[in-house]
Amino acid sequence: MSDGTLRRTPLYEAHRAAGGKLVPFAGWEMPVQFSGLMEEHRAVRTAAGLFDVSHMGEIRVWGRGAESFLQALTPNDVARLQDGRAHYSGLLTERGTYLDDLLVYRRGEGEYLLVVNAANRQSDFAHIAARAAQHEGVEVADHSDDYALLALQGPKAVEILAPLASFDVAGLRYYGFGEGEVDGVQALISRTGYTGEDGYELYVAPQDAIAVWNRLMAQGESSGLLPAGLGARDTLRLEAAMALYGHELDDTTTPFEAGLGWVVKIDKGEFLGRQALVDQKAAGVPRKLIGFEVTGKGIAREGHGVLVDGRAVGTVTSGTWSPTFEKALGLAYVEADAAAIGGEISLEVRGRSIPARQVETPFYRRPKG
Amino acid sequence: MYPSDYLYTQEHEWVRVEGDECVVGITAFAQEELGEVVFVELPEVGSKVAAGAEIGSIESVKAVAELYSPVAGEIVAVNDEVVDDAEILNDDPHKAGWLVRLRLDSKDGIDQLMNAEAYKAFLDSGES
Repeated sequence: MSDGTLRRTPLYEAHRAAGGKLVPFAGWEMPVQFSGLMEEHRAVRTAAGLFDVSHMGEIRVWGRGAESFLQALTPNDVARLQDGRAHYSGLLTERGTYLDDLLVYRRGEGEYLLVVNAANRQSDFAHIAARAAQHEGVEVADHSDDYALLALQGPKAVEILAPLASFDVAGLRYYGFGEGEVDGVQALISRTGYTGEDGYELYVAPQDAIAVWNRLMAQGESSGLLPAGLGARDTLRLEAAMALYGHELDDTTTPFEAGLGWVVKIDKGEFLGRQALVDQKAAGVPRKLIGFEVTGKGIAREGHGVLVDGRAVGTVTSGTWSPTFEKALGLAYVEADAAAIGGEISLEVRGRSIPARQVETPFYRRPKG
Repeated sequence: MYPSDYLYTQEHEWVRVEGDECVVGITAFAQEELGEVVFVELPEVGSKVAAGAEIGSIESVKAVAELYSPVAGEIVAVNDEVVDDAEILNDDPHKAGWLVRLRLDSKDGIDQLMNAEAYKAFLDSGES
């Protein structure tokens, strides 16, 4: 917020009641943890966690020109989205770099919902609205204040949510969604998340948020459900090697550099940033996002230097202690010719040099079954 | 919670004076604030440190904090058990989770530290 005051989500009082430790985040006062980051992290990996992600932005795009508009705006193939399906995509500059990453939900013919990062909500909306004004038959509106967003994540998410939902949430495919009720409250429920686990995200009206939160917590108590904060969200997403805007993605990075080339459907037709991406594909990427595990002692964090044989080749974008693997992990951009699975690197941590090894990502993949 | 025979700093270290030596650790408040500590880096035994000098670091899952020496002196021991297993610091920051033992250059400066009452008041004041 430009005036320096922090916004509160509709779940603020629920966080206070649950003993959440609140911190400023992207202009919001958000819970960073409740019972403890490690405990919350492990709950999500083994049972379930409930997150408040109401700070995310929701932008409605509709009209007969909506599909062609989104097709021209974003790199993924919107024409392939069916009703009740969502996909991951990006908002790119002419240079093919990220303004933001986002989810695109298709609710019906000419009816889409975009979900964007909290910190970029206003600039994203300005970008989208300016382009929509040039496009026939499309309207856009910022509906962020009309939604609270809860993320129920973990292997027990299905058993917790299914008895409360008015439709078959267990039958939803990954990235599928449905609209109905949860415990009598209207909700859009998608099988999406940001933790590497199975789970759901529930979009509800702000005035219903606390009731839904409390109902889920009560329902999940016997399954080991814990309220979880942004701290666990970050360690979980990093283990799953999911990009975070402002860290792995920003307006200097392209999807190819970020290892997100699968989002880019070059052959679908013209879209913003396409030419730059075609050129980069032909020329090769100058740098790549790699995953590493620290083999020495210490934790590399964002901004720490990456060296190969004493030569500076890149910078850490995210790094943390992994509660699941009990070692320090991270992601870094390195010069493309320095990227090699198994390759030894060293990390500059507060004047010390710590050995690390490049490893495949994601670090964590949930067990099948 | 805060032992009455310890002294405390505004950087949330505790000091237990034993003759011309003292033991230093971080307070339960500091440990709480950091969250679960996973690594501790401590100075070499035998190194001379100035009051307020950075002598190590404490890494939790999400943050790193510097450890400062509250007093001037020589490091005569470090707690290797905590270096090997940082859980000890999480469980018992005031006793088993001690970090370094120093031989004091002089007792100057000791009287600048807060007693338990003053430290609690400092925490309650919200200036921490």
